[in-house]
Amino acid sequence: MQLETFQLIDRIVDLNLDAKTIVVEADVPPDSHSVFAGHFPGYPIMPGVLLTEAMAQSSGWLILGLTKFERMPFLAMVKEAKMRGFVSPGSVLTIEAKIEHEGSGFTVTSAKVRVGKELKCNAELTFRHIPFPSPDLRVHMDALANKIGFPLQAMSNG
Amino acid sequence: MSSTFEQIANIIAETCDIPRDTIKPESHAIDDLGIDSLDFLDIAFAIDKAFGIKMPLEKWTQEVNDGKATTEQYFVLQNLADRIDELVAAKNAGTGSAS
Repeated sequence: MQLETFQLIDRIVDLNLDAKTIVVEADVPPDSHSVFAGHFPGYPIMPGVLLTEAMAQSSGWLILGLTKFERMPFLAMVKEAKMRGFVSPGSVLTIEAKIEHEGSGFTVTSAKVRVGKELKCNAELTFRHIPFPSPDLRVHMDALANKIGFPLQAMSNG
Repeated sequence: MSSTFEQIANIIAETCDIPRDTIKPESHAIDDLGIDSLDFLDIAFAIDKAFGIKMPLEKWTQEVNDGKATTEQYFVLQNLADRIDELVAAKNAGTGSAS
């Protein structure tokens, strides 16, 4: 995770466009990171809002794959977000997301965050998606996709 | 089986916490019921699921923006029910629907 630039996903582990699922991993920063200075002193845990954003970014990569990077998803709604257990500094998150519904201009996903086998949080997320509103954003997303190992071949197979 | 309008009205009442008896066939979802675009996403999700269709919201929005249609054609609830019936009929006929 690079919290300063809001890049919460480190690796794509699996992308299945037929099943409309994705699995990613994210490395939670060590307890020396400034985010833990306030959250919380003497008891560092990952903020639930960042775990929710991690679920959103995981879902976002899945939607980008399904739309062949022609449309950019934007988070519109978070439902039933449940923080089921604390996430400590240095944890490795495994995040699964799947498509619940593909509407016209919007997509609904469900996502789960695990540390090891333990479910830490889950939510249902709704995204609006639109054609890329900026060429710079598309360039940025392409670079980020390359960095986190987005399997571009999955789109040509899908 | 309840009418398409009844089903839509129940979805709107539940999704947007609007008293069911205030939702009429002639109600305009935006102008009369005050439903905003985010709430309408929730409604669209529920309608898509309930009827097994994909309401072509982007196409409808484009038609309104281009002046080729009015919001009344899609957002007055009886008209919305008619559009949904058309989409269901097209799906059942195997012609699919525009997205």
